[in-house]
Amino acid sequence: MNNTAITVKGLKKSFKDKQVLKGVEFEVKRGEIFALLGSNGAGKTTAINILSTLMKPDGGKVSICGFDVQREPDNVRQAISLTGQFAALDGMQTGRENMIMIARLRGVSNPAQVTDNLLAKFNLTEAANQRADKYSGGMKRRLDIAMSLIGTPAVIFLDEPTTGLDPEARMEVWDKVKELADNGTTILLTTQYLEEAEQLADRLAILHGGKIITTGTLNELKEMFPPVKVEYIEKQPTLEEIFLTIIGKKEEK
Amino acid sequence: MKRKTGVLMGRLMRNIMRSPDTIITVAITPIMLLLLFVYVFGGAIETGTDNYVNYLLPGILLITIASGVAYTSLRLFTDVKSGLMARFITMPIKRSSVLWAHVLTSLVSNALTLVMVFLVALIMGFRSNADMVDWIAIVGILGLFTLALTWLAIIPGLTAQSMEGATAYSYPLIFLPFISSAFVPTDTMPKAVRVFAENQPVTSIVNSIRALMYEGTVGNGIWTALAWCVGIMVLAYLIASKVFQRQLG
Repeated sequence: MNNTAITVKGLKKSFKDKQVLKGVEFEVKRGEIFALLGSNGAGKTTAINILSTLMKPDGGKVSICGFDVQREPDNVRQAISLTGQFAALDGMQTGRENMIMIARLRGVSNPAQVTDNLLAKFNLTEAANQRADKYSGGMKRRLDIAMSLIGTPAVIFLDEPTTGLDPEARMEVWDKVKELADNGTTILLTTQYLEEAEQLADRLAILHGGKIITTGTLNELKEMFPPVKVEYIEKQPTLEEIFLTIIGKKEEK
Repeated sequence: MKRKTGVLMGRLMRNIMRSPDTIITVAITPIMLLLLFVYVFGGAIETGTDNYVNYLLPGILLITIASGVAYTSLRLFTDVKSGLMARFITMPIKRSSVLWAHVLTSLVSNALTLVMVFLVALIMGFRSNADMVDWIAIVGILGLFTLALTWLAIIPGLTAQSMEGATAYSYPLIFLPFISSAFVPTDTMPKAVRVFAENQPVTSIVNSIRALMYEGTVGNGIWTALAWCVGIMVLAYLIASKVFQRQLG
C-alpha cells in the first residue's frame, strides 16, 4: 500500500449541457485532512458524490485506497464513509438505535460496544435514548459523524460539515474532526468557510470554474501572495468572538 | 444480504410501530367506506345477494392496499430527501436490499391493516364458507396485489420532488375499484363504462376473491387476475430498478 488515500485525475462531470467538473485533479495522503474549498455551486458536492460511489463520472479516474470507484465500488464502499450535507439520521429512532443500525449494516462484531464507545466520545451518552429528531442541530451533526465512524473506515467524506450550525456547535464539530485525523483517518472535507479550512486542513484545494485552480498547504498558499506588511490597526472583536464570550460568561455563572 | 435487509426492515417496522397512526389512518378510510356503503347506500344497491358486506369486502380490501402503498412512497421519499438513502448505498451492502426492505415492510404493514379491516367486516356480518385452501389462495392474491402496487409505489418514492408528489399517484389507484365490480355489478353500467370496468385489473381480482370466498372455486377470471398482478409487478419492478440505477449514476 502506498501513501496515497485518494487520487483524482481528469475528473469530468456534466449535468445536461452544464459542465460542472472539467478535469479535476488532486491527491490526498493517508491520514491528512484535505479541504476542498469553493463557492456555492462550484461542484464540491458533485465531486464528493463521485468519490463516494453515489454518482458515475463522465470521464477521468478516481481511486480510493487503491480501488477504482467505477470498477471496484464494493471495495471502495468498504473503505469509505459519507457524511452528506444534511445530517442523515432516522429521526424516529433514538441516537443509540441509529448507531446500532449502522453497526449491524457495517457488520461490526460488537455493535452495542462500538456504539457506546462512540456515543461517549461524541458526548451523546446522555441523549442516547432520545429520539434523534429531538436533537439540536449540533447534536444531530455529531451523531451523524459518529455514525460515519462505525467500522473505522479509512477515508471519511465530510460534505460541508458545519453549514447551518451555530458557532459553538461548529467548534465542537471541529474538535471531533481534529481528533479523527490524529487517529490516522483520512478526511476529505468540503467547505465554503475559509476559516474552517484554515482551522482544520493540512492541505487544501480551491475548486473554481470546474477545475482545481490551486492546491497546497496553507503556508504554501500564503507564500504565493506578496510578503507580509506590518501595519498597526485597531482590531475590533468579531461578532463571533463577542457571542462566544457572552455565552461563555453566562455558563460560568 | 438477508441479514442486512432484515436490519433495514427492522428499522422501518419500528418507525411504523412508533407512529401507529399510519396503520390506523390507512385502515380508517376503507372502514368508513365499508360502513358508508353497507349502512347508507347498501339498502338501495341491488347486487343479487342478501349480505352486502360479503359482496363489498373483496373490493374494500383492494382499496386498503391501494391506500396503504402510498406510505411506502412516503417512507422512501423521506429516506431519499434526508440523505439516509445516500448513506445506505455508500455502505458495503447490496444496494437492492435497501429497496427490498421497503417492499417487505409494505407487505407486513399492509397485512396488519388488512386484518383490522377484516375484523370490522366480521363484526358487520361478513361470513364465508371458504376452506383453508381457499383462504391461502385469497391471501396469495392479496399478497401478489400488494407486491405489484408496492413496486409501483417505489417509482414515485424515488423520483418525487415533493411529499405531495410522492403520494398523489395513489388517488387514481384508490378510485379504480369504484369503476369495477367491487361495489355494484357491472351490468347496470352504460356500455363504455362497463367495457372499462370489466377489463381493468380490479374487476378480475375482485371476482376471483369473491369466487374463493363464497363458491369454493377460483372462478374463470383467475388467470386474468394473476396476469394483471404479475404484469404490473414485473413492469413496475423493471422501471423501479432502472430509476434506482439511474439515480445513482
